[in-house]
Amino acid sequence: MDHVHAPPVPAPTFTVRNLTIAYSGNPAIKNVSLDLYPRSVTAFIGPSGCGKSTFLRALNRMNDLIPGVTTQGRILLEGEDIYAPGVDVVNLRKRVGMVFQRPNPFPMSIFDNVAYGPRIHGVTDRDRLSAIVERSLTAAALWDEVKDRLHKSALDLSGGQQQRLCIARLLAVDSEVLLMDEPASALDPISTGKIEDLIDELKNRYTILIVTHNMQQAGRVSDRTAFFLSGELIEYGLTAEVFESPRDRRTEDYITGRFG
Amino acid sequence: MTRISFHQDLEQLQQNLLHMGSLVEDAIYNAVDSLRRQDLALAEQVLRADDQIDRLESELETECMRLFALQQPLARDLRIIGTVLKTITDLERMGDEAANIAEITLRVGDQPLIKPLIDIPRMAELVKAMVRKGLDAFVRRDVELAAEVRRSDNAVDAIYAALNDELVEMTMRFQSMREAKQAFLLLMAARHLERIGDHATNLAERVVYMVTGHVVSHQPPSALEAAGQGAAETGDSRE
Repeated sequence: MDHVHAPPVPAPTFTVRNLTIAYSGNPAIKNVSLDLYPRSVTAFIGPSGCGKSTFLRALNRMNDLIPGVTTQGRILLEGEDIYAPGVDVVNLRKRVGMVFQRPNPFPMSIFDNVAYGPRIHGVTDRDRLSAIVERSLTAAALWDEVKDRLHKSALDLSGGQQQRLCIARLLAVDSEVLLMDEPASALDPISTGKIEDLIDELKNRYTILIVTHNMQQAGRVSDRTAFFLSGELIEYGLTAEVFESPRDRRTEDYITGRFG
Repeated sequence: MTRISFHQDLEQLQQNLLHMGSLVEDAIYNAVDSLRRQDLALAEQVLRADDQIDRLESELETECMRLFALQQPLARDLRIIGTVLKTITDLERMGDEAANIAEITLRVGDQPLIKPLIDIPRMAELVKAMVRKGLDAFVRRDVELAAEVRRSDNAVDAIYAALNDELVEMTMRFQSMREAKQAFLLLMAARHLERIGDHATNLAERVVYMVTGHVVSHQPPSALEAAGQGAAETGDSRE
């Protein structure tokens, strides 16, 4: 595996070493090692079933919820092994939040959706909650659109607004890492553009990891790209280099549509 | 294999580039031949061919932009289209230089030549071969052949420098304005050929980029060799 030729890079957010994940004995991720960097966007690309979503879900132990999954190797979040005994998984998922393909707002008001996490983590003061909600919705570029209807149902929002609400929910609990599994695949181009602008804005403060089937989207939003195939990490590098001059023939064939 | 019609369009784009390139090769040969044989009709033909070269450049540019817009090409495809887009400019300029030589044929007309033309046809052979090899390198994705084109340019420059000295010296000795003017025109023709060599070098450098992804323009020849080496080492022919 070639290493990224970037200007001096900060300490990685995630250090993944020899990660192998199997579903009932069938490997979905095979011996993958890579570093993921803060304050940048890393895109994961590859054909369906290549393991990229499995990889993403390993980073906040969402795979634990699936029966029969075995995880080998090491994943360090800022140097700490997230699979070590005694790790508080709830706290891990607070630090490493996830946005899904289909927005999944809770069937409650916009305000309560955003306040949900802080409340669970013990914030009860009304003014403090209001401040968190406003700050999170503003950071998710949704405040201006919903500030006059905070107590209306979140389910009445458009798909793109719902997706930004889900991002606001993560920001409300001070997530450090945002995992996004095809966050715009169910959205129209305008809503997609808003999500991409938001990703661009948020990457100044967060580590963003995004799975996408849309090559152009990966090109637009990410700093680095990792290409997976059949559970293996084939190529990982600066997006501009991977999309202009990939090193591996399989990457080339995939992104130019000559695959198979 | 997907995107079949896109890859057919891409193939056609490259065929059209080669067609444009062959017109340019003919233009270079005919322009110098018209000068050597003082064939005014042939010079007129070169001027007409230049219009066709210009038209092809526009068509190819439009096609490149269409493919960028509709197909959002990546990797090899991106480099191919980017290379075609840059290369058509060089080919069009070569066509212009050939047309400039044809204009010189017309200006010299039927007045006796001040010297038998030897160096100019030799330069023309060299630069025409550079264009040919550059296009072959494009077709065969051949970095080594592209490097050869770049080396050939040194020979062209050497002949130009020698011819330059000779013609300047002749100009000083001439008693008649007519002969001095002709020496100057011949010097201009050599200069146009020297420029064609430069454009052919650009073409070869684009081929290196297309094959390897390394930009070698405005870099010493060693960079081009190194890019070729890199491609050879990784066994990456990217045909």
